[in-house]
Amino acid sequence: MVSAILGKKIGMTRSFTEDGRNIPVTVIAAGPCVVTQVKTSASDGYSAVQLAFDDAKPRRTTQALIGHDGKAGASPKRLHREVRCESDKDVEGVEAGQTITVGSLDGTKFVDITGTSKGKGFQGSMVRHNYKGMCASHGTERKHRSPGSISSHGTDRGRGPKPKKGKGMAGHMGDARVTVRNLDVVSIDPERNLLLVKGAVPGASNGYLFIRASKRLYKRKARIQAGK
Amino acid sequence: MNRTEVIESVVAKQIKSAKDLPRITVGDTVDVHYKIIEGDKERTQVFQGVLIAMKGRGVNAVITVRRIVANEGVERVFPVHSPRLVRLEVVRRADARRAKLYYLRDRSGKSRRLRDQRRGLKHFEAEMMAGAGDSADGPGAGGESKPRAPKAEKAAKPKGEKKAKAAKA
Repeated sequence: MVSAILGKKIGMTRSFTEDGRNIPVTVIAAGPCVVTQVKTSASDGYSAVQLAFDDAKPRRTTQALIGHDGKAGASPKRLHREVRCESDKDVEGVEAGQTITVGSLDGTKFVDITGTSKGKGFQGSMVRHNYKGMCASHGTERKHRSPGSISSHGTDRGRGPKPKKGKGMAGHMGDARVTVRNLDVVSIDPERNLLLVKGAVPGASNGYLFIRASKRLYKRKARIQAGK
Repeated sequence: MNRTEVIESVVAKQIKSAKDLPRITVGDTVDVHYKIIEGDKERTQVFQGVLIAMKGRGVNAVITVRRIVANEGVERVFPVHSPRLVRLEVVRRADARRAKLYYLRDRSGKSRRLRDQRRGLKHFEAEMMAGAGDSADGPGAGGESKPRAPKAEKAAKPKGEKKAKAAKA
């Protein structure tokens, strides 16, 4: 059983509960996905299921992809993602060509959603790393938004006077793979292949998303799942 | 089905139909019956005031209602399609020449009043447009300052609307 699916962000709206609470929801067109490949430890050294989503125009795709998806009896797809499984047992009963719909997430309370965040271009350290910048006054000139000192001779414990690895600096921000964990599933509509989750998901509308049932829960959500 | 249509169809069930909501416009004096949940108790409170702004479309629609409580302006924003908004009644219709009546915030005394729609032929036109079912049976005199709770006996609510009476501006 694969508890993951591929989808596309449609957009956000709000949903009211019966007692009038307002929930911000993201609408996701989730699936239907086709299993295009099943990997086992015998065949590939590990177990996984490859899912594919969203039809591609054959004219705009490659022969390799047409052949690959054709093996599973599917038309060429635009998005392929692999779902790792712990053992071969998990992939038993899953066959190439099989369709996976959002109904497979039925009963799931929390999902992790991976997407590509919106690109923000080249941003300074205040925007990109939440640095505070420099003083507005006290003699500060032309450095109000600068990151300040990035290193000294003393940093990096004798490995030379250079900035530490991972020092936050200005640079390209966004357009990166981002996972949001433990989003509440608000509702699932298998007939229309829709998934509604509480809160925002990475990326712009029409962006591709990888959705899987949460494996590790935040403490509060773990308590909810355990029934408090 | 494009994206907007999908989103609209998802929330279509939550949107109140035209018969549940009266035709409201900016400038109207409205009674908002809002359910308040305290612990396991539930009661309905009536908030009467001038509708000064309408924002959002579809399920996101919200209205801003302004009234004067103890000489202090109070504005509340209500999501129109929330199940907590039990009822919406138009007490009085008035002319507004702006889409947002934020200028009322700077006004005090008589200048806070809005011109009643029930004058000249406009009033008849409006009723013709709305048909017979229009609930604009507000105070005939019209020219009074707005909160004044003109129909306390009609609202006939339990304890909840103590405030409405206390509002002698």
